[in-house]
Amino acid sequence: MMILSGDPPKSRVLTLVLVLIILALVATPFLFPGAKALNVAAKICVFAALVASYDLLLGYTGSVSFAHTMFYGIGSYAIAIALYGMGPNWGAVATGIVVGLPLAALLALAIGLFSLRVAAIFFAMITLAVASAFQVLASQLSWLTGGEDGRSFQLPELLRPGTVLISKNLMGFEVNGRILTYYLVFAVSALMILALLRVVNSPFGRVLQAIRENRFRAEALGFRTVFHLSYANCIAALVAAGAGILNALWLRYAGPDTSLSFSIMLDILLMVVIGGMGTIYGAIIGATIFILAQNYLQALMGVAAKAASEAGLPLLPGLLHPDRWLLWLGLLFIASVYFFPTGVVGRLRNPGDKSAGGSH
Amino acid sequence: MTELAATDPLPKPKRDIAPILLPIAVALVMIPLIGSPSTWLTLTAASLAMGMMIFIMASGLTLVFGLMDVLNFGHGAFIAVGAYVATLVLAPFAASLQADSLWINLAVLAPAALLSMAVSGALGLIVERVLILPVYGQHLKQILMTTGGLIVAEQTLYAVWGPQIIPMPLPTSLRGSFILGDVAIAKYRGLATLIGLAVFIAIQLVLNRTKLGLLIRAGVENREMVEALGYRIRRLFLGVFMTGSALAGLGGVMWALYREQVHASMSDDLTVLIFIVVIIGGLGSIGGCFIGAILVAMIANYGGFLVPKLALVSNILLMVAILMWRPRGLYAVTSR
Repeated sequence: MMILSGDPPKSRVLTLVLVLIILALVATPFLFPGAKALNVAAKICVFAALVASYDLLLGYTGSVSFAHTMFYGIGSYAIAIALYGMGPNWGAVATGIVVGLPLAALLALAIGLFSLRVAAIFFAMITLAVASAFQVLASQLSWLTGGEDGRSFQLPELLRPGTVLISKNLMGFEVNGRILTYYLVFAVSALMILALLRVVNSPFGRVLQAIRENRFRAEALGFRTVFHLSYANCIAALVAAGAGILNALWLRYAGPDTSLSFSIMLDILLMVVIGGMGTIYGAIIGATIFILAQNYLQALMGVAAKAASEAGLPLLPGLLHPDRWLLWLGLLFIASVYFFPTGVVGRLRNPGDKSAGGSH
Repeated sequence: MTELAATDPLPKPKRDIAPILLPIAVALVMIPLIGSPSTWLTLTAASLAMGMMIFIMASGLTLVFGLMDVLNFGHGAFIAVGAYVATLVLAPFAASLQADSLWINLAVLAPAALLSMAVSGALGLIVERVLILPVYGQHLKQILMTTGGLIVAEQTLYAVWGPQIIPMPLPTSLRGSFILGDVAIAKYRGLATLIGLAVFIAIQLVLNRTKLGLLIRAGVENREMVEALGYRIRRLFLGVFMTGSALAGLGGVMWALYREQVHASMSDDLTVLIFIVVIIGGLGSIGGCFIGAILVAMIANYGGFLVPKLALVSNILLMVAILMWRPRGLYAVTSR
């Protein structure tokens, strides 16, 4: 209970699903051999943390930010540039963290102070503009960021796949640097999610929810809403940058497509809404569903598209082409905002009540 | 307070002309910086043309927000749809576009633009009914719904037309430039400026000289009061939304011809630009939107000429500067 900050999942089915997901993530290196399964699992961990931090903004304060990938990208690029420039050692990892996290927090503070004073809509539009400028900047400053190609780098000795920590024993498993990296990603993501859970269940988190419900009233009660919102924005940016660092460490690469692109922003939005806004747990569920679908449904769509084109149907092959899967996600997104505004977690917590839950 | 007799005319509100002077001041300041007057004239003409196109696309968005407090994040979709629909007409008549006669060229271009406006307007009707109607008064859901709509529209365009860039060459008679002394002004930019001015004047006339416009302006200032007087503001809003969508479609055709290519991702880039314009102008203000569009285009053209590296972030800097000066944009129309 302590570790969940007094905010348990509050639903048997939900608890079961969460436990299953976490157990599966822990056991992935041993249960599902192969690089793809491990990649998917690591991506779920990273995105669960990233989406949880976005949930702090969207679900708990009700402000829509389109700059979340920017902070994610700052983390990724900080670690990538440090390791690329200083060589694969722990000093470089530390430098990346020490530079990346404060940079993200400062930028979040600047954006927050500048745009959170006015309506939520301003914040959404300004973050969109800043994020797109940052994206262009990252692809233009190629001497620093590697431009469109991004930066590939080497990890410190300990985390490389070639480093065998425990050689094949009786059980037939080998623990190498890659698996160690995976557990690093898993542990740090879990810590960040638990920290966010602590934040939203603190008195500070209650104030955020009060601001979401009625900003004017919260202000009348004597809370400095701009301060609270900016603070939440900074925390979310820090966690996003942390997730970016993990992502870069896992991929050994940082580039515009994996860390900055607008489509990642849309993915995050989808995961929050599908999982359930204002719950933190929704982030884990949303990330798991979405990334599993992304990795395994696309193959299915390819098969369906082929069948449709063989059957000679018009238009359908184009619509079912694996590259068009965002189309179906977009439809799903609209449908879930419309019919399930509280997401999977909200539905599981309050099965009968449509209107209850985090969002309004 | 002085007493007013019943026959006295109502006191006129003071005209706020500082924002109008701003683009003129920017243009004048740039003369010594750029040096050559002919280059300056070319750049100024280019900014006017670009500004007019941006204004056409952004005007609908700002009115829709002002009137009904609805922010459409999917506005860019109408732009892309407009551009794609125009290719339906322009591609089969490519031969007529190559003919060296302004009238033959326009006879193809005008129906293409009208068709684009009709389709975007009809799409606006669907979007308003399906996506926006269920989430009135809920900003968060509006943003989410319309963002979802943007994804779906963009992906559908990809599915129907394919992911490749479609070339959209300018008609022969609109290529090249007018040469006045040593100043060159591209013909198409001249046409774009004329259309933009016409749209601006038409909107201003409708808003300021008709009963419809009176209702719209009243609705922007106080929706409940207009409703209380017995007008169906919902229907009015639907009309404004469809007009705004149709204008976005027209802007899309013009922009595609300007860039001489069509691509579904154009909606993403333009959405950002339009948001900046709408914020600078003050949400809900047509005049502010007009000035904002010209300012953004000026910064893009002058900035691109003087310090090309700065062009990447110049829009953001402009927005920050304007909001420092007037936190709610050039003209704060709504009370929200």
